[in-house]
Amino acid sequence: MQELVNRAKELLADGTVVRVLGWKAGDLPYNPEPAYFTSAEELDNFVYNGFCGANLSKYMIEASKLEGKTMVCLKPCDTYSFNQLIKEHRVDREKAYIVGVGCKGKLNIDKIKEKGIKGIQSISGAEMSDACDTLTIQTLYGEKTCSYAEAMLERCHVCKGKEHMIYDEIIGESKDTKDAERFAEVERIEAMSPEEKFAFFRNELSKCIRCNACRNVCPACSCRKCVFDSTKFDTAQKANVDSFEEKMFHIIRAFHVAGRCTDCGECSRVCPQGIPLHLFNRKFIKDINEFYGEFQAGADSEARGPLTNFTFEDCEPSIVTERR
Amino acid sequence: MFKIAKENLSALFSKIAENNELILPVKVANQTNFGYWSEEADVDLDTLKTVKSAKDAFFPQSENLYTCTKEDKKIKITPEELQSQNFVVFGMKACDIKGVEVLDKVFLADPVDTFYAARRAHGTIVALACHEPEETCFCKVFGTDCADPVADVATWMIDGELYWKAITEKGEALTKAVESLLVNADEAKVEEEKAAIRAIVEKLPYSDLSLEGWNGDVLMEKFDSPVWEELYKPCLACGTCTFVCPTCQCYDIKDYDTGHGVQRYRCWDSCMYSDFTMMAHGNNRTSQMQRFRQRFMHKLVYFPANNDGMYSCVGCGRCVDKCPSSLNIVKVIKAFENQGGNE
Repeated sequence: MQELVNRAKELLADGTVVRVLGWKAGDLPYNPEPAYFTSAEELDNFVYNGFCGANLSKYMIEASKLEGKTMVCLKPCDTYSFNQLIKEHRVDREKAYIVGVGCKGKLNIDKIKEKGIKGIQSISGAEMSDACDTLTIQTLYGEKTCSYAEAMLERCHVCKGKEHMIYDEIIGESKDTKDAERFAEVERIEAMSPEEKFAFFRNELSKCIRCNACRNVCPACSCRKCVFDSTKFDTAQKANVDSFEEKMFHIIRAFHVAGRCTDCGECSRVCPQGIPLHLFNRKFIKDINEFYGEFQAGADSEARGPLTNFTFEDCEPSIVTERR
Repeated sequence: MFKIAKENLSALFSKIAENNELILPVKVANQTNFGYWSEEADVDLDTLKTVKSAKDAFFPQSENLYTCTKEDKKIKITPEELQSQNFVVFGMKACDIKGVEVLDKVFLADPVDTFYAARRAHGTIVALACHEPEETCFCKVFGTDCADPVADVATWMIDGELYWKAITEKGEALTKAVESLLVNADEAKVEEEKAAIRAIVEKLPYSDLSLEGWNGDVLMEKFDSPVWEELYKPCLACGTCTFVCPTCQCYDIKDYDTGHGVQRYRCWDSCMYSDFTMMAHGNNRTSQMQRFRQRFMHKLVYFPANNDGMYSCVGCGRCVDKCPSSLNIVKVIKAFENQGGNE
């Protein structure tokens, strides 16, 4: 982490960048927040550890409108989002100095708390320099331990790899933390009967409180004004008028980001009700892979997406395929 | 003082549900929220904090006000009926109960909100003391004692037994209705439990948070502080903090076209949203900094200014737990302390 801070100070000092976008230490052992730093003194509060899960790509939409360059810290999976945002003309590559930061998997505090660990006073083992095997947690109710892998975010179990897709320089080592099949959960749901599927999603989505955290954190949701925020549209954002509406909101959103979603997992990370929202997107990704060939959104910043690139050879999923 | 063994709780819930709707912490798809009791419900009294507070029991996230239907050339307006069924909210924590006190100030002040008042009149609150408070809790800062909650009935879960103490008339009535299931108990164990809880509360990291400088008289000084400009930046403008909050009480009124009529409903609103308080002349707050500032000014300055110094934060810590950007009211209070925003 010190190497990152030192480099940030250098880049600020030599005028390469005018601000640094990273994470600021929180007031609990696990709640650092995304933050801008404009001076060496401010960088004293800079932190980069296992709890820095936030994907900073989306913040670059606003940072691209500011004067001067921003040094932005992107983890390998965050760089897919950044590429996709370049492709959609939502960020300015010239305004970003991308430091690809090392990543050994990011932590989900809820996973730790699910184990009954509470009254947390300090956590060791979450530093990037650590081996990232075991977390030792001091609590008001005694010392606890938890394996690092078990406390990781879902997305880290299906890690896209340790390579950064776009960067100006790389600081720190990364580790491929994949230990599960990316589409296993989707396949499990596909195998369900329609009634089971409906029950599964009704159960999950009935928890939705329409806080819009999934939408607001999503790098693919970058519309200036969301249709669900419109005062002139019947589907106002704030409430579920009936039990179908919360499903509709999420299904529409999944359609809207289809072919553009990089599977960064931020939607599921931020959902206060723990809804596995990434499953919708992953189903689309799986279908797109099957229909149009393997495609990973954000692997580069130029290739046309499968849903925006018409060819006569395109398959026609749905009824048309059956007719042929 | 009475008690009942934990394994008999389902009998207790059945008994309560004979004459009341029963609302209590229920686990659905791995998350615990207040919900209606049924034989099949997965009741979860072990999770300290439900994701949402118990606010829905008195002020639901979404409720119909009236329905308009067309009959020939006339429009028929059917008002929604007020709550007339008695109900019990079981397992509310001291912070959420304080949250209801805050809501009372808003909805029971003139003009009285009849929907809310009907629910308050028919609701009985059974509180549960906080067996193991967590690091995000700071109810003590607002003068709440989570070891000794004040409601219609107070309960403590100690070593597999629920201790039960009626406090109000409503509580006495409920106790009478279920007393066949309760056995007499002495208070010694409860006193021990209270002492243990209070000892933990003393050690919580936020228990010494200082509210100095936050009151109803510092409006312009706080409003104009440059600190907000820095604080709001990571805010995603989602409504998580407002929707999990036990005291956020702003709502919007909207019409829903059912295809053959109109449902007029109200639903929680969030000051974090861009169309919040949008009206004919435009929008009151056009930037996220202003929206962010609004939420905390309301909790710590405007509300106390209008309600004899009562803050509209109760220290439940849900926003600390749930903010996607790890922002929260504690960080705001601390930032003003550290960065000289109080000058």
